[in-house]
Amino acid sequence: MEAVTTRTVHEVRELLDQGELSARELVAATLERIEAVESRVRAFLMLLPEQALAEAETIDARRAKGEALPPLAGIPIALKDNLCTEGVRTTCASKILHNFVPPYDATVVARLQAAGAIVIGKTNLDEFAMGSSTENSGFHVTRNPWDLERVPGGSSGGSVAAVAAGEAFAALGSDTGGSIRQPAAYCGVVGLKPTYGRVSRYGLVAFASSLDQIGPITRDVRDCALLLNAIAGHDPRDSTSTPTPVPDFTAACRGEIRGLRIGLPKEFFAQGVLPEVAAAVRAAAETLAELGDSVEECSLPYTEYGLAAYYILAPAEASSNLARYDGVRYGLRSKELAGHIGLMEKTRDEGFGPEVKQRIMIGTYALSAGYYDAYYRRAQQVRTLIRRDFDRAFETFDVLLTPTAPSPAFRIGEKADPLEMKFNDVCTLPANMAGLPAISLPCGFVNGLPVGLQFIARPFDEETLFCVATTYEQATEWHKQRPAL
Amino acid sequence: MSLSREEVRKVALLARLELTDAELEEQARHINALLEAFQALQELNVTGIEPTSHSIPMSNVLREDTVRPSLPREAVLANAPEARDGLFVVPRILEG
Repeated sequence: MEAVTTRTVHEVRELLDQGELSARELVAATLERIEAVESRVRAFLMLLPEQALAEAETIDARRAKGEALPPLAGIPIALKDNLCTEGVRTTCASKILHNFVPPYDATVVARLQAAGAIVIGKTNLDEFAMGSSTENSGFHVTRNPWDLERVPGGSSGGSVAAVAAGEAFAALGSDTGGSIRQPAAYCGVVGLKPTYGRVSRYGLVAFASSLDQIGPITRDVRDCALLLNAIAGHDPRDSTSTPTPVPDFTAACRGEIRGLRIGLPKEFFAQGVLPEVAAAVRAAAETLAELGDSVEECSLPYTEYGLAAYYILAPAEASSNLARYDGVRYGLRSKELAGHIGLMEKTRDEGFGPEVKQRIMIGTYALSAGYYDAYYRRAQQVRTLIRRDFDRAFETFDVLLTPTAPSPAFRIGEKADPLEMKFNDVCTLPANMAGLPAISLPCGFVNGLPVGLQFIARPFDEETLFCVATTYEQATEWHKQRPAL
Repeated sequence: MSLSREEVRKVALLARLELTDAELEEQARHINALLEAFQALQELNVTGIEPTSHSIPMSNVLREDTVRPSLPREAVLANAPEARDGLFVVPRILEG
């Protein structure tokens, strides 16, 4: 029998229901797998073995009593370490939060636990989710389970590597410009950025508040829908979460609907996208056309301005959000005595890494008197144009199909130029700018490395994403591939 | 346009980042490289285009103004680098 740690959430849930496996055995098998591979992958910043085993025993006891158990009962999941966990250190992979123990749970954490999920650990990320490779972590570099010399992508690189390596059955990440989808593509798993407002951001440490969204990372599309079911919905503690009704997303995972109108925005196949990657996505389009969907090229003309506008807006919001790290209320405080402002400056200089400092500087500059109109306001106007491009496309198409990232995973240390690194977000950030739901799933391999495709849908139409993603997944075997670790 | 090291020093002060001369140099190079790469943004005609600050249009999310429990003070102060008598302690800002 293949190892249980390679299975999907819905598969192990069946094993648990049929009594072929206890939650304790499942957690123990996961911990064993972690023991075997974690020293090479380094996905986690913290593991919670005792707590996880104890929770598993509670689930088993409830099952023994004949209780009806919630949908994720006993499933080991991993959390990106920018999601607050009550009583469990939450660092954002930053030295400035190295000792921060939140006094509350993020809403998504509370909801996952209410659904029975067991948190197995907190995963590595680029510091404050700023990066595309997880190399910017203040603590260590995470490696791609498909090739340990390569990055897992980022910023949710730890969460994605954990799922790909069999160290967790699913994980949560956050996505501001592609931080769930791009690493999902690099590691051959499924990653969803829900519509802005679909999932509460309460307890997600803020990076760029108008772009951030929490989403699931899983081994197949149905698991992704299961996790979204658990975390979606209005939360009075996040005023940007919307009261839009939450359907049962697994109902959209039947793969029965045909005749969807799929648009291929040509700008997403130019822009320095590797020809082999473009070819893999076009082949996926052909597969869908053969299955009965209609596929047609389209244009989103303002796409080429997306990267520049994003790298003004996201740092601007970040510079404001990160003003809270002042050495007074939590986190690091510099030991150097230098008065109030000096203490703040020294604390921030010691606590933040180079990438975070760069973004704070760019953002502060873009927001400063005399430059606001030229940069920040102009970038917001471009955001309007990008949104209109999508609105127009969705008059004709139900869903758009693009590559998730321009290339497969690159080597650790390969992209030393920060601009070159930022280019990795070029296909994913437009969905954040427009607030749209987007999913990445595996669509092939280039030189033995996974490649991902991305579907983008109308606001709050995750169901169409799940529908078309299921159709494609059922017709292919890519999602069944596991790295040889 | 291009930023001088002095202008970058001013931004660092606004951002409350104490940077060494070498870091200032590095930041100036980085900001200037980004601004140059994003020059196309300056050339785009955006006259009459409304700015978008949020992708989902929303304003004035209201709720009843009722008393609800908040986090216990001790739990919040537990993370403070220095706390005393139920308060955060900051460096002295006035002499005397």
